[in-house]
Amino acid sequence: MGKMLMIQADKCTGCHNCALACSMTHEQSFRLPAARLHVYTWEREGFSVPMMCQHCSDAPCIPVCTPHAMTRDPVTGWVTLDQAKCIGCKMCVLACPFGNAAWDAVSNKILKCDYCGGDPACATFCPTHAIEWVDDVVATRARKRAFAAKFKMAFAE
Amino acid sequence: MHGWIGTILRVNLTTGSVSREPLDPAMAKAYIGARGLGTKVLFDEVDARVDPLAPENKLIFVSGPLTGTYAPSGGRYEVVTKGALTGAIAAANSGGTWGPALKYAGYDLVILEGKAAHPVYLWIKDGAAELRNATHLWGKTVPDTTDAVRAETDEDAKVACIGPAGEHQVLFACIMNDMHRSAGRSGVGAVMGSKNLKAIAVVGGGTVTCADTDAFASAVMQVREKILAHPVGGTGLRLYGTDVLVNILNQIGGHPTRNFQDGYFPTADKIGGESLSAKVLQRPKGCFACIISCGRVTKVSHPKYAGEGEGPEYETAWGFGSDCGVDDLDAVTKANYYCNEYGLDTITMGATVACAMELYERGLITPKDTGGLALEFGNAEAMVEATRLTAQGDGFGQKLALGSYRLAAAYGHPELSMTVKKQEMPAYDPRAIQGIGLNYATANCGAAHVRGYTISPEVLGTPIKVNKDAIEGKPELVIQFQNLTAALDASGACLFTTFGIGADELAALLSAATGVEYSTADFLKCGDRIWNLERLFNLKAGLNAKDDSLPPRILEEPLKSGASKGSVSRFPEMLPTYYQLRGWDAAGVPTPAKLQALGLVAERAVSGSLA
Repeated sequence: MGKMLMIQADKCTGCHNCALACSMTHEQSFRLPAARLHVYTWEREGFSVPMMCQHCSDAPCIPVCTPHAMTRDPVTGWVTLDQAKCIGCKMCVLACPFGNAAWDAVSNKILKCDYCGGDPACATFCPTHAIEWVDDVVATRARKRAFAAKFKMAFAE
Repeated sequence: MHGWIGTILRVNLTTGSVSREPLDPAMAKAYIGARGLGTKVLFDEVDARVDPLAPENKLIFVSGPLTGTYAPSGGRYEVVTKGALTGAIAAANSGGTWGPALKYAGYDLVILEGKAAHPVYLWIKDGAAELRNATHLWGKTVPDTTDAVRAETDEDAKVACIGPAGEHQVLFACIMNDMHRSAGRSGVGAVMGSKNLKAIAVVGGGTVTCADTDAFASAVMQVREKILAHPVGGTGLRLYGTDVLVNILNQIGGHPTRNFQDGYFPTADKIGGESLSAKVLQRPKGCFACIISCGRVTKVSHPKYAGEGEGPEYETAWGFGSDCGVDDLDAVTKANYYCNEYGLDTITMGATVACAMELYERGLITPKDTGGLALEFGNAEAMVEATRLTAQGDGFGQKLALGSYRLAAAYGHPELSMTVKKQEMPAYDPRAIQGIGLNYATANCGAAHVRGYTISPEVLGTPIKVNKDAIEGKPELVIQFQNLTAALDASGACLFTTFGIGADELAALLSAATGVEYSTADFLKCGDRIWNLERLFNLKAGLNAKDDSLPPRILEEPLKSGASKGSVSRFPEMLPTYYQLRGWDAAGVPTPAKLQALGLVAERAVSGSLA
């Protein structure tokens, strides 16, 4: 059984604690472009969505990586970037359909979520559980249960 | 520098010149940031006797050293200027994401001076700054301005702007950022309008660093735990927003009703946080780095009041609700939307309508004055319409645009205005809660709850419970809270962090962030210094001990119903002790010894003829 980050955007308050914690963990300073995830807010609607690497099963960033810096970890199953092998060609940036692999000109490297090695700071710092680090087999349990509760309410009346 | 960026942006709107200056580290250390640094710059650079709406007044946008870090709920900024409503120093605090964006763009503060020949906006991107024509934006609401400026600059730009109310120089116009957050009080938006400055858009990918990242991270984790474990900071505010206070204050009879004619509103629960959650709440929202999430994204579907936006907060629900005798949450929320869209302070707006209602019911103003509007207490439609008229500068709204003091004075009854230093008292009745009255009377920006929120100990019982009806020990308590809040505001933290932490934790956060060692005593002394410098500015501006007062109603008319029935404020008994404990003389002027102890000798010298 593995773990994954589960995002529930309807719980996101747009506070950016996840991005700040990510930047602090990886770069020891607060610089939002250095974060491996980004929060997008629609101010009129008051809605925010955190965006980060989904560690895809069929990850488009892996086959395009010529130096084999982007690989799938055989043990964890995570999409892993080896900075030592990366040549900065940015093919992963082009390939990712979500924009979740990014080039950072300040540090001169590709930035991509590494799950903080198994203890993701974004989930720790999210004050509303919009981002949770959960067992992959029960990842959608909370959402299913919440929806099931609506059925229950409807039928209980 | 760590914590601070170390750079000031100075913009002369008259000449169009833009320049950068280094931030003096000694000044940063002594005044911390935000409200503190802004006060120091205003005091040094502006003649306190200036007309607030004249080009000689300056408008200062300033962040704190914690702004842009992940210090919990530490992402705030302050607008400091001479207030249009009050003629006193104004320091209006706001959250959202604008303050952090200013730092990421390379500046701790922006000083705006002079007056542009035509409407302009300031565009700041990664250190570069330019003034751009805003003639085509003049007249636009806050959301429309925000969208239009983004379309012309950067889709990620953070925008602080005025709405039409600021353009018309409504004396209590505010500055809005992130569309829904507000640097609300004292008329800072009117000052911005007087300078022909429509907006400041900012974007940046820069860095905020900490002197000691390990110490900072560990201090942050401790602070998070304390706030999240607190019943108010961790639970109540997220569940119900600040509007959770309606029922609490009403229950103790401290919820001002019908222009402070009473302290209890029988149907207040209809506009309280619990009703808000059930009726209009879409979801909670947080400011930058916030772990509390008290913001309310709301939607009203009632056809008469339909709209979407944020709010109401407690003060707003009270101002448009109980203070106007209105218990219709949809109407209250609609009035809130008008204020956010047109850029008005909801407290002064609500309280001014309430004052107008009392004038109307007493026959001091007539339907002829109001253009036929029946401004009776409880008339929700009239309340919303009065707000719309003020927002859009129509008809009787032009009279309301002056605030309740000038309105009531114009009709010969200034005593019916519930103000201190011409600024409306917020939603805690000083007759039911003795300490808050002393705070209202002495707050340098005019009546405000956020200068010394003694409601925490007097009503909510945190960090310790004190007797709300006693006056013993209240001067000490008020001074403690005022000094703590001044230093906290200066750091960039949100006042609501005090539901969980105090000066010890804030000093630790600041020390780790900046590398300047602040003991708890140093931190509180900074607050004392800021408070006294604000006071010196006001004395220079011509305010004096007579302005440290409460409306006669609060001192003479006992509450008629509710749990605090029969009470009046005993404020006059507390004031002499307050002055004495502050180190001020009987006329409320800081003594030379006090100013020397705070390192304000030079500032006293320029205040010259004070004492």
